[in-house]
Amino acid sequence: MAVHSGIVSGRSARRAQRLLAYILLIGGACAFILPFFWMLSESLKGNKEILQYPPDFFPDGFHWDNFSQAWDSLPFNTFLLNSVVIAVLSVAGTLVSCILPAYAFSRLRARGRNVMFGLMLATMMIPAEVTIVPVFVAFNQMKLINTFWPLILPSWFGTAFFIFLIRQFLATVPRELDEAARIDGCGHVRVLFQILLPQIKPAIATVTVFAFIGSWNNLLGPLIYLRDQSKYTMPLGLQLFVSSQYVTKYNQMMAIALLMLIPVVVLFLIAQRSFVRGITLTGMGGR
Amino acid sequence: MTIKQPAGAGSTAVPEAGVPSWPKEDTAAGTPSGRRARRQLSPSARREQRWFYLLTSPWMIGFVLFGGGPVIASGVMSFTNWSILSSPHWAGLANYREMLHDSTFWTALWNTLYFGFGSVIVSLVLTFCMALLLNQRVRGLWFFRLVFYLPTVTSGIATALLWEVVLDPNYGLINRILAVFGIQGPGWLASTTWAMPALIIMSVWGAGNTIVIYLAGLQGVPPALYEAASIDGAGWWRRLCHVTLPMMSPVIFFNCVTGFIVTLQSYVLILVMTQGGPGNATMVLGLYIYREAFEYYNLGYASAMAWVMLVVILIITLVQFLVGRRFVHFESGRGEA
Repeated sequence: MAVHSGIVSGRSARRAQRLLAYILLIGGACAFILPFFWMLSESLKGNKEILQYPPDFFPDGFHWDNFSQAWDSLPFNTFLLNSVVIAVLSVAGTLVSCILPAYAFSRLRARGRNVMFGLMLATMMIPAEVTIVPVFVAFNQMKLINTFWPLILPSWFGTAFFIFLIRQFLATVPRELDEAARIDGCGHVRVLFQILLPQIKPAIATVTVFAFIGSWNNLLGPLIYLRDQSKYTMPLGLQLFVSSQYVTKYNQMMAIALLMLIPVVVLFLIAQRSFVRGITLTGMGGR
Repeated sequence: MTIKQPAGAGSTAVPEAGVPSWPKEDTAAGTPSGRRARRQLSPSARREQRWFYLLTSPWMIGFVLFGGGPVIASGVMSFTNWSILSSPHWAGLANYREMLHDSTFWTALWNTLYFGFGSVIVSLVLTFCMALLLNQRVRGLWFFRLVFYLPTVTSGIATALLWEVVLDPNYGLINRILAVFGIQGPGWLASTTWAMPALIIMSVWGAGNTIVIYLAGLQGVPPALYEAASIDGAGWWRRLCHVTLPMMSPVIFFNCVTGFIVTLQSYVLILVMTQGGPGNATMVLGLYIYREAFEYYNLGYASAMAWVMLVVILIITLVQFLVGRRFVHFESGRGEA
């Protein structure tokens, strides 16, 4: 804005600037949403319409039977059950194995704590490609291939990002609170579970949702470890659906993919406020 | 940057009743005074230390089993010839020598850098601009935040298939929109030149969460700085260059480092979408390692490539750190924790 512009022109310039901001933002938002819209549109198209050129933006009619047909073409009920079992056990493990170290890193002093904390943050930088082969060999020696264990066990041994996240939340809780409880004779476990955890519910919600989504979307793990179709998870089922078809039916493929997204979207909507809090405290978005 | 202050929370505690007395400098162990301090640990402090080790034990065991241990094991395996069925043979540097002559490896390395830098740079610029726009006290902030974040949380095989459909040359959304403007879209995933840009577009879409991270950072810039700059006559552009960018540089830097590592992990989606093709146009290192390890069971060769990748990441991170030291402005004494 020019220094000499009057109040009126300054205000209108600012209004024009905000209008431009809105236009760009709405444009950007549309670009982000459009693929989802296309997914929904495709999933509702009929078998003929899907091969029509040029394709329509909107489906002619709503072919809801795409969903049931795709679901019934493979044992998706089994895949769903497997996915849920693995996800629930992974989330439980993640919560236990991340809350305890987070409390220790935030409240207890010990020799080597800072070194260990630095080491933990450093492990976030290790690409999975490096660890995946030795871990596979280890699980193979333990004869745990084609079981759920390789998909569940690692989450029972702490995840650096989640420990860091919970620790950052714990650091915002005034120490006076737990110190008072300690003076009253509370043990560490009681202080953590009765005094501190109620104060950091957003952190617990964030970790729960991230851990669930991570397990739910995990494709690499099941791809490596699971062999029998009866043990397949939803992502593997979806991949099987794509590869088992001679000509891929885009409408049914999108229908299954859409169904897979529903729990993720619902959980995200529930927990999104907590997410934002977690981002401000860690400076990370968690992927 | 929060990551720089691991133990900031502990330093403010004042020893009082019920709180174990602790030598002031617990990092000084090893120096003569630190050694003296170690002997002076009170029983309650020693108990506290035992609790610390007990409570962190899940992570410590995990570090040995799933973190540091496998990294070392992978390094050892990279010097062997090992298919999972037979026992390993010591091979010395053979795997590394093989890599030198393996054209697929070099293609994969180049593709990895192309993909990594491409998506980090594009998403860095785009998401930062979006965050700047969002920071103008717009209405419906929660809605935009939701929309930009959603692709990140849904990222997985479902969205990979979604992009396969969106990018389809004949029946896809993008070429349909281009056709509205009279443009004949490229073959995207079917084209050797356009497959990689297509994957970069997809990964930028999935990096929308960085908008939310930038926004959180932008909201932490003290308004007084902008006011002072405005009083000094700085316009919009100069405020951006001299206030916003320096203040945001730790966040930008952090997003660069993590963004690069996250991009490297998305090879599973590439496996689903293109299997590395057409030709080897989208064969990235992660995918090649996966192939060698789990399709051909060349565990030694796969480990060697994984280690090369680790070194590449370390070098890139180091360079980013060195560049960062010159350009990143760390606000001192601003502990967020």
